[in-house]
Amino acid sequence: MENSNKEVLFGLYDDEEILLKAVSQAKADHLNIMDVFSPFPVHGLDPILGLSHSRLPTAGFIYGAIGALTGFLFMTWVFTADWPIIFGGKPYFSAPAFIPITFELTVLFASVGMVFTFFIICGMGPGAVNPILDLRITDDKFCIAFDASHASDEEVSKYKSFFSATGASEVNTKTI
Amino acid sequence: MSAVVSPIREPLITGGKSYHQITEDICSPTERTPTTAWVIAFILAVAGLAFYVFCVGWTIWQGIGSWNLNRTIGWGWDITNFVWWVGIGHAGTLISAILLLFRQKWRTGVNRAAEAMTIFAVICAGQFPLIHMGRLWLGFFIFPYPNTRGPLWVNFNSPLLWDVFAISTYFTVSLLFWYTGLVPDFATVRDRAKGLRKRMYNVLAFGWTGSAKHWQRWETLSKILAGLATPLVLSVHTIVSFDFATSVIPGWHTTIFPPYFVAGAIFSGFAMVQTLMLITRKVLNLEDYITIEHIDSMNKVILLTGTIVGVAYLTELFIAWYSGYIYEQFAFYNRVLGPYWWSYVGMMSCNVLSPQIFWWRSIRRNILITFLMSIFVNIGMWFERFVIIASTLARDYIPSSWSYYTPTWVEIGLFIGTLGLFSTCYLIFTRIAPVVAIAEIKSILKTGGDQYVGPNAHAHHASEQTTTH
Repeated sequence: MENSNKEVLFGLYDDEEILLKAVSQAKADHLNIMDVFSPFPVHGLDPILGLSHSRLPTAGFIYGAIGALTGFLFMTWVFTADWPIIFGGKPYFSAPAFIPITFELTVLFASVGMVFTFFIICGMGPGAVNPILDLRITDDKFCIAFDASHASDEEVSKYKSFFSATGASEVNTKTI
Repeated sequence: MSAVVSPIREPLITGGKSYHQITEDICSPTERTPTTAWVIAFILAVAGLAFYVFCVGWTIWQGIGSWNLNRTIGWGWDITNFVWWVGIGHAGTLISAILLLFRQKWRTGVNRAAEAMTIFAVICAGQFPLIHMGRLWLGFFIFPYPNTRGPLWVNFNSPLLWDVFAISTYFTVSLLFWYTGLVPDFATVRDRAKGLRKRMYNVLAFGWTGSAKHWQRWETLSKILAGLATPLVLSVHTIVSFDFATSVIPGWHTTIFPPYFVAGAIFSGFAMVQTLMLITRKVLNLEDYITIEHIDSMNKVILLTGTIVGVAYLTELFIAWYSGYIYEQFAFYNRVLGPYWWSYVGMMSCNVLSPQIFWWRSIRRNILITFLMSIFVNIGMWFERFVIIASTLARDYIPSSWSYYTPTWVEIGLFIGTLGLFSTCYLIFTRIAPVVAIAEIKSILKTGGDQYVGPNAHAHHASEQTTTH
């Protein structure tokens, strides 16, 4: 969510089970949900909301593969081409001995790469300020938000009646 | 979310907490002024840390000669402490990663603090190989960087270098895993804070909003990191054991070392988690989140790993005899009955015999006994590393070079000092971060809260909840 002077109409719910029902209802009513916020990951929400699977694992695999190749090829280059040394009568290219460091670098690259990717694609970082609709969302409130910037009065009243029909405990607007 | 929970499963959160109450209970220790107990503990910890800095300074100024290391005793308390601290760190990763993969819900009560323990323990462990270099300022030689000496690279075939990669990767990955988990909880603290605290937590919380897509990615990331951390943690102590196992020293050159070290690491780590948790839950009033059930579960892990370690000790003795190799036989004879017999006795009694009392459920659920046992296990595991290192090195191949190793005050001071370093870090952590993972506790409330499961659960709630709220 960027700062774009959006007017957001949002309803707060007290329990994740009510939230799940409300989200299904919104989908059935063809309401266009902007976002859903919760204090903890609500299981079963993603398919109802129509979120596709995260592609982070693919990114992680690629980072890991880069790490593995970096480690293994670098050690191979050092010990066969750049400065071959015999250790303990073993061949220059002693692949089994390269495995521990190759493994560590695989894990290191995959983890560091994924964590940085995660924070960047979520628009997060040290001191990043993202608009917060309600301070209680990180405590005990579950929130469904609609973008009401260009909504007609008719649409706004449709949203409001949706909130009251699905048991929202509060309905508010906020410009973000 | 009416998940099916076995009726005989005990609740993991007691006190009939609501989501808001969970936030209150776990955030409040970071919001109150520190208690007198905390201040006293902090003063002691910082005193320990100061003594540590002094001993490091002394070692660097005087040189490694201020330790009692000599031929043939090249490793003493320093490497003992190194292995001990690394081992302690392993329980945090086990709880946060392996138990996540096994979907053990009780991990949520203790994972945050256990992971913090991992990070601080690895920091303490990392000190010893560095100080042991003597010329600390040349420590960067361990990294393969293009240097002006050829470049002459480090030896990638050496387990000691594998250790450098293993420990630094382990530290980095643990830190990232821990911090990623902390971000949503820092956001919770941020949204309750005012003024300067708000600004501080704004930085720490990374701008977390709690959006559904972010949670989805966050959960995916946690699972993949857990999947990566699991083989990583096994590799770390395996590689630490390679430091010994790939040498040609009788008593060290054994293939049993990797599994035996890993089991011992988990064993000692869980003991340290128990020590910390029993104090933390009491001091921060978190008994509803770190319940007797959690303590019981951890004692079962201690019993299991302690027994694995015991089997490993006996296997070593048997194989030494069965090998028919006199040097190996002597190494183990010397370990049990030689000049360091007392440390072998300490190891066996603290690690193998005493945890057997945890076969009794009432003892597993007794806080005082658990606390004492956790201290015993930590002492025992320290002895294990001392037995392996000192008894072996003090009696090498040539009887004329046999000697007896006792530490100097500097070596003892470094060990006590790292306890100060560790405690200082942990005490600061309890003031800044929520020591229990708030978001994760909330996500198990419906399947672990005592108002939903267990003997005191409401008759039924699914219908009731939707109407009462």
